[in-house]
Amino acid sequence: MYKSEAASWFRIYEMFQFKSFHMYGIIGSALALGILMIQLIKRYKIKSAFGEPIEIPDKAKSFYRYAYGGIIFGLGWGLAGACPGPIFTLIGAGFYPILIVLFFAVLGTWVYGLIADKLPH
Amino acid sequence: MEWIYNPWPWYIGGPMIALVLFLLLFFGKSFGMSSNLRTLCTICGAGKTTAFFNFDWKKQQWNLLVSLGAIIGGALATQYMTSDDAVAIHPDTVTKLKELQIESAGTAYLPTELFSLEALMDPKVILVLAVGGFLVGFGARYAGGCTSGHAISGLSNLQLVSLYAVIGFFIGGLFMNHLLLPYIL
Repeated sequence: MYKSEAASWFRIYEMFQFKSFHMYGIIGSALALGILMIQLIKRYKIKSAFGEPIEIPDKAKSFYRYAYGGIIFGLGWGLAGACPGPIFTLIGAGFYPILIVLFFAVLGTWVYGLIADKLPH
Repeated sequence: MEWIYNPWPWYIGGPMIALVLFLLLFFGKSFGMSSNLRTLCTICGAGKTTAFFNFDWKKQQWNLLVSLGAIIGGALATQYMTSDDAVAIHPDTVTKLKELQIESAGTAYLPTELFSLEALMDPKVILVLAVGGFLVGFGARYAGGCTSGHAISGLSNLQLVSLYAVIGFFIGGLFMNHLLLPYIL
């Protein structure tokens, strides 16, 4: 995460400016390999390390929660320049102001849990 | 060995993320970082406030380990594997950011105007980080996943709803980047 610069605010900013292929290359190549991998797992019924079939549960079908939640997440991603994975990477890298982002991300999750049944899903 | 110290290209970073996805699936788990935010809520006692956090967080310990791994990875990368952490963004992006008073563009890993301890003296910076974090946490749980859960895991499994979520990520991100950030920074 750190070495490929996916944890850099600058890279996220640049991604939304469409000025560099870098982030699209990272997400795109991870995705292409991921699709291939999951198709192979399903076709050949590859078992996990514990000998059980690998099951990947489908996500709940809906539109509003993904659209609204996605847009809210995107606003935060564009502002803080970090999604949940890189937040942890940046803590390790010693950028301590990211702890504020983490604290409020946990708080945001909690507030979602509190009002979830009042939101359209 | 020079390549270790230089930034890694996308065709190394992307496949390594796919490898993480494979390892987690192979060990019967799933790849989703924002679930840890929910687990942290539960550990802090949020289960007493609403049933959404009422689950056995010990079953999610493996995922907390993944985030611990991300922390250790970040530490090792900065301490031992990086000679110069400046991110070589496009010159146009540097010019644009300098117009927005982000002078550290092109010379740092994160903008020092937002992510240095000195910058925290400015209440506006704290507000930016706080609001950004809040939206990330709230939005990720509302959408049922973040970049790893939807853009990587969900889309890899050809889930249509993950495509809705990722389109949402970009609508929100583009709106923030082009229309709001120029007034915020």
